[in-house]
Amino acid sequence: MDKRPKSHGTPLLRVENLKVYFQGDGKRARAVDGISYEVHQKQTVCIVGESGCGKTVSALSILGLIPSPPGEIVSGKIFFSGQDLLKLDEKTMQNIRGNQIAMVFQEPLTSLNPVFTIGDQLGEAVSTHKSMGAESLKRYMIQLLSDVGIPSPEQRLNDYPHQLSGGQRQRVMIAMALSCDPDLMIADEPTTALDVTVQAQILELLRSIQQKRSMAILYISHDLGVVSAIAHWIYVMYAGIMAEQGNSDQIFRSPRHPYTQGLLASLPSLSKRGKRLYSIPGSVPNPAYKPTGCPFHPRCPHTISTCRKEYPNMCDYGHGHMARCPVLYEKREHTE
Amino acid sequence: MNPGENHIDAPDYIEAPLAPKHTRMQEFGRMLKQNRLAALGFFIFVLFFLCAVTGLILTSGTKPLFNPAMVRLEEKLRPPLSKPNLQALRPDQVPVLNVYLMGTDDLGRDVFARMLQGAWVSLTVGFVAVGISVFIGIFMGGIAGYFGQHHIKAIHILFFLCLIGGIGLVLINAVFAGTALLLLCLSSIVFLLSARDKLPEKTLPAWKGILLGNAVSVDTLIMRIVDIMLCFPSFFLILTVVALLPASIYNIMIVIGLTSWMGTTRFVRAEFLSLREQDFVAAAKALGIGNFRIIFRHIMPNAVAPVLVSATIGIATAILTEAGLSFLGFGVPPPHATWGNILSDGKNFIFDAPWLTFIPGIAILIVVLSFNLFGEGLRDILNPKLRERH
Repeated sequence: MDKRPKSHGTPLLRVENLKVYFQGDGKRARAVDGISYEVHQKQTVCIVGESGCGKTVSALSILGLIPSPPGEIVSGKIFFSGQDLLKLDEKTMQNIRGNQIAMVFQEPLTSLNPVFTIGDQLGEAVSTHKSMGAESLKRYMIQLLSDVGIPSPEQRLNDYPHQLSGGQRQRVMIAMALSCDPDLMIADEPTTALDVTVQAQILELLRSIQQKRSMAILYISHDLGVVSAIAHWIYVMYAGIMAEQGNSDQIFRSPRHPYTQGLLASLPSLSKRGKRLYSIPGSVPNPAYKPTGCPFHPRCPHTISTCRKEYPNMCDYGHGHMARCPVLYEKREHTE
Repeated sequence: MNPGENHIDAPDYIEAPLAPKHTRMQEFGRMLKQNRLAALGFFIFVLFFLCAVTGLILTSGTKPLFNPAMVRLEEKLRPPLSKPNLQALRPDQVPVLNVYLMGTDDLGRDVFARMLQGAWVSLTVGFVAVGISVFIGIFMGGIAGYFGQHHIKAIHILFFLCLIGGIGLVLINAVFAGTALLLLCLSSIVFLLSARDKLPEKTLPAWKGILLGNAVSVDTLIMRIVDIMLCFPSFFLILTVVALLPASIYNIMIVIGLTSWMGTTRFVRAEFLSLREQDFVAAAKALGIGNFRIIFRHIMPNAVAPVLVSATIGIATAILTEAGLSFLGFGVPPPHATWGNILSDGKNFIFDAPWLTFIPGIAILIVVLSFNLFGEGLRDILNPKLRERH
């Protein structure tokens, strides 16, 4: 599970050097500053990072949903099954949204329209991209709801969102995302608003759906525990750049970027019981005032003078494991 | 956690939702029961509606049951509930119930029949005028709230001004000037099409830059139009327009509607500004649903509550405005009865025949009051912050 299947050939989704800037008050916030990643078919790829590091913005730009007057995709390419999504017009994008790429949002409590029944909303999700008779539509919706594990789906179709629990609403959102058999599902922290037991249920559901339907999942999270459970491949984001990438073995056993090391060190565990929990000093820089050089250098324990000036390069550790920290890379070479 | 109980994806473990199931009508009934004044307002509103509809049926046609236009000069200024003088009247002049329920006016016409006819006028004026204003208000407010950040290019504004001006000039027979403006309008289309192909913007000369530059945002444009409309004292605006147009009930409805949409626009825009940031809008976009469908199908039902309240109160205002216009003699032309012109006719006889002013006056008072009470009750019912307390 932890091996990256390189043999798949061209990836389903390839993001190249994506830059998304937000303009406001004469300042420019570099929310996403040149990231590249790939999602292969049938894979679960996770993007991990602190709040405000650009995870959600990078996901929204795949669907072309960056609010346009403040936000702007400055450069980059997003290839989805061969075509560059950034070059498509709005009409074609609408056809891709929901149909080939679906998205599940963070807050199940607010992602459903409070004034319509579940059946109305699910039906609209289906009929936006497919034409179906009323009878077969209803059968299809019931099938979808039971696929995502909602009991007595026939009655739930007539319920309003406020009558369902948080976990059930997230299941409905997943059913809506699945409704058109997408090739890629973007899940933007789908379990953050749920409690731990429901979270485990939803993760299990996503895993089983992925196996059944053989689709790719781009999973965005800040929860390393969740990520370690489901990821085939992990990207660690920090302040709009990719800090490190690798499979979960590489990331969790031998992290090569000081930021990843800090994140892992700050996880509570039984062996650290009774000791003070580690925390990375400082906080994520404001995207409008990023430090020069490596954006992590003000918080990094390994900072040397070049970190302040030079933007770090990706260093290859083999087997696809890469980290953007030349300092640790050199240290490793010296010790070996 | 017990490792033995690892039934993660067993759907039987998720119980059915516990929230009580009420349809929205049940909810509405329950709220109405708790708010007595709103219930009273609603009751009077329904009564008024029934009166107006039966009034229309009973007073229209060639041989109406209650004839509001039947003149009986022998029987003028009879007080309410008085019996007709059967000797002086032809058989077809005798009122149906053999009694003048609300008396007669200075021409001996049955005030009850005239009130029935006027009720229908008040009702249609109220509903049609408010319908027009709500329609315009929702459309303008929705566009301003949802597309507010988008900008309009100077060339587009020029295009529309030329188009409207040109058509207007042609219509008032200034064909030469009108055609010139329309040609200008055509040339702006050509200019736009030619500018679309050339992408590099830095090489444009200054005048092209101004024409293709962003002039105002949609939000600014619509809300400044609202501000301008609010500057006019609307009753006098209506008076001016009605004085210019031929007197007809439809003109009055349209004019009242066209001068009262600004409040609704502001309400709807305010609602949209907060609703468009909601997650369900982002979710709808992520499903590939189009902008106009999102505006009118997804956001609008969430935004209608304040509109409904202001519309209910707006009906009362429209009825009052129509009555005021009729009272001043600018309203519905004379043979047709409205509450306003019954009142206006009666004011000359206020000491001899006070019922001629009191009956329509009290009717207007009650109907307007009931609409206001119902509107305020609706606001309490539909406001989720107040709803939590029940």
